[in-house]
Amino acid sequence: MKLIDHSKVVKNMAPRLLWNQVFKVIFFIATLFGLFVLGILLYRIFTQGSGYLSLDFLQNLPSRKPERAGIKTALIGTVWLVGVVAPVSLLIGVGTALYLEEYAKKSRFTDFIQVNISNLAGVPSIVFGLLGLTLFVRAFALGTSVLAAGLTMSLLVLPVIIVASQEAIRAVPNELREASFGMGATKWQTIIRVVLPAAIPGILTGGILALSRAIGETAPLVVLGLPLFIAFLPKTVFDTFTVLPMQIYNWTSRPQEEFHALAAAGIIILLVMLIIMNSIAVLIRNKFQKRY
Amino acid sequence: MNIVIDKNNKTLENPAKEIVYKTNELNLWYGENHALKNINLDIYENEVTAIIGPSGCGKSTYIKTLNRMIELIPIVKTSGEISYRGRNIFEKSYTVEELRTKVGMVFQKPNPFPKSIYENVAYGPKIHGIRDKKVLDEVVEKSLKGAAIWDEVKDRLHQNAYGLSGGQQQRLCIARCLAIEPDVILMDEPTSALDPISTLKVEELVQELKKNFSIIIVTHNMQQAARISDKTAFFLNGEVVEFDQTNKIFSTPSDKRTEDYITGRFG
Repeated sequence: MKLIDHSKVVKNMAPRLLWNQVFKVIFFIATLFGLFVLGILLYRIFTQGSGYLSLDFLQNLPSRKPERAGIKTALIGTVWLVGVVAPVSLLIGVGTALYLEEYAKKSRFTDFIQVNISNLAGVPSIVFGLLGLTLFVRAFALGTSVLAAGLTMSLLVLPVIIVASQEAIRAVPNELREASFGMGATKWQTIIRVVLPAAIPGILTGGILALSRAIGETAPLVVLGLPLFIAFLPKTVFDTFTVLPMQIYNWTSRPQEEFHALAAAGIIILLVMLIIMNSIAVLIRNKFQKRY
Repeated sequence: MNIVIDKNNKTLENPAKEIVYKTNELNLWYGENHALKNINLDIYENEVTAIIGPSGCGKSTYIKTLNRMIELIPIVKTSGEISYRGRNIFEKSYTVEELRTKVGMVFQKPNPFPKSIYENVAYGPKIHGIRDKKVLDEVVEKSLKGAAIWDEVKDRLHQNAYGLSGGQQQRLCIARCLAIEPDVILMDEPTSALDPISTLKVEELVQELKKNFSIIIVTHNMQQAARISDKTAFFLNGEVVEFDQTNKIFSTPSDKRTEDYITGRFG
């Protein structure tokens, strides 16, 4: 005896399949939307800035004359900034994530920390700028140095790295930990040999997103008081410097049309740098994923 | 030889039984790996067909081909034909949704949804557009009774299914499968994650279910195949070595390899 009216089931088949297709198309359009906007952006920037792209542009120091102005100080400055932000934020971020996920017992206190980390991720970047100004620039008397800016940026991206790393560590199946502990391994051995290698792809994805943000942020650096015009390169982390977004900001705020084109060229350099960094992250990730 | 002919005649004794699945020269590749080779099998209505064989012989692959679940793996290619009730399931116009409405599947590990027991069973009818609460209630009760789990859960229908034991979860999954009133039930090693008592319950259930459904069951457990099935197919390295009445396979197999396998000399 059948309880279900199977003619109804058959009748419902066609609309079900139709909705199936409709949603596929909707999601495809959603994907296209992002691509479309990105396409327009790239088109605008390239038509404006590509004329100024040249080896000289990369090698020249900034200048008041647009035809002689280059991006060398900002480009090298960004590399210096990444050199400080990447190790500081990754070490502290992954360390925090490991402590919270692997060592700390769940308590009110860890819950409190957890909530605050998530909240920090939502704090406007300008607030981190103010923090860096009082703490690093003034209290520690680091001035507008690479170190002061790097530490400020590290604070800014830390919450993102911590949350992403926690997710990646949590996604490692418990069976793997049990297998390692079952052989008599210590917690540290289990973490370094089993948990971290399995979590590294996820950690890197979060890390690279965070670093990309650090490269592109301008507001906190403006608050720190980084110079808009500087004609020499930093030699140590205690020297003052400028970065790509600052240089772009500087050029876009000038009245002359030529400087706007220079800014577009600067954006192209910034985008290229982001693409290179993301590609490296993908390569590293693939290398680690092959093992499993 | 006489015995063999007699036993073969048994199928002919019952001409009323219709063929549900007819597999014709089926080949399947995972990329370069030729996983199923020239499979020819007929599966009859209201029978339990067991598929046995060592790990990696293609038995799970075959059963997943019957409801085209295998196509979830992107590198799979097939050739040949499987007809279900006379219609080739690989036909372009045959949608997998339509096929799977008639062919239910029970998986190796119990996989209830993280919903209530009631919602688990009502899922199938609901996605097929059955909204009448009274019908749904009836279907849920009938399916849970059909899966011999009604008495254990009737007082907690609206509690989370994760609170059930592994054996109960598996019978719930069978109930969920029954709820769409399918024609065929595919079971991919349904008892391999269960304890002996739960296994026994599922086996008894299969015996009960074959009155109304055609059942194809993949199993690692040869005693299980011998206990519950009418016909048995022995797979080895992607080929069907032997397919016959279960009692013949387990008493007088005609192929040496089948004999070696069922007596435990290899595999």
